[in-house]
Amino acid sequence: MTNDAEETGRRWHDMGGRPGGPVSPEEHDFALWEKRVDALMVLCSAKGLFTVDGLRRALEDMGEDAFETMTYYERWIAAITQNLLEAGAFTVAELNTKIEEVAARGATYGEASLEGGHG
Amino acid sequence: MPHDHHHDHDHRGLGPSSHPCRADQDAPLTEAQRLEIAVRELLVEKGVATAAEIAAQIARMDARTPALGAQVVARAWTDPAFKARLLADGSAACREMGIEVDALKLVAVENTEAEHNVVVCTLCSCYPRNLLGLPPDWYKSRAYRSRTVREPRRVLAEFGLTVPGTTTVRVHDSTADMRYLVVPRRPDAAAGWDEERLAGIVTRDCMIGVAVPSV
Repeated sequence: MTNDAEETGRRWHDMGGRPGGPVSPEEHDFALWEKRVDALMVLCSAKGLFTVDGLRRALEDMGEDAFETMTYYERWIAAITQNLLEAGAFTVAELNTKIEEVAARGATYGEASLEGGHG
Repeated sequence: MPHDHHHDHDHRGLGPSSHPCRADQDAPLTEAQRLEIAVRELLVEKGVATAAEIAAQIARMDARTPALGAQVVARAWTDPAFKARLLADGSAACREMGIEVDALKLVAVENTEAEHNVVVCTLCSCYPRNLLGLPPDWYKSRAYRSRTVREPRRVLAEFGLTVPGTTTVRVHDSTADMRYLVVPRRPDAAAGWDEERLAGIVTRDCMIGVAVPSV
């Protein structure tokens, strides 16, 4: 995509009026992990750990490549994690340890979830 | 074109609205899924949130479907005083019906013969989620976000909706704090219908403004 940020000061996420292809009428039913990401966003916001502006700032700073290559909730969980680290909810070391622990449980979402992922 | 189903039963291999489910249980664990599990468990271990709170929030979101918005529209169609209150203060009118809109400012915009309204979020994915549930993928796509404000009639045509040249198309760009709900025109053929029957023809896409009700 063209980037007119230097001329207008607009950042990549400010898409209004830019060129685009046909609207593809895609949709899918949200998977459990996606619903959980959404729930974490709502709960952490409600508990004052970050604001919607903080979430948006992280999403926007991830850049256009992330928009093109990651799904919506993939970007959201990354932005939520960034905000929670900044808020001091947990440390990078704690997160890395936990990620290794989760990965060691199994190769699928169901196996890696303590409760089997059936929430 | 996008379609709203209101099935209340499951098809084999399909989700509750008959779109394919993502095979998130048995497919190889993705990085994002691993991160979601890790973050969620850390939040529970640190006492920030409980597993029950997270499950309750998912249930709360699952209960928010376009059927809620359709109830609001059907009430507006049958009760002129309610419609006036809805157009004056969407949030207050929804609370009056027992629909929680949280801190959002909800703005209801009415389609008329002279004006057709359509909603977009050019910056992100802001959407009246308390009334319609989570936004569909296309609402968050580059094509919809970029083009709807520049060439709305062409975008609407891609959804199969042709707006007469004599009708003004008004595009509403949502923000984090302000969400829009389109109140479509009641089809003439639905005159005399009761609220419940009317609600049945008000689809999600009608309330975004990319479709109009048909009977």
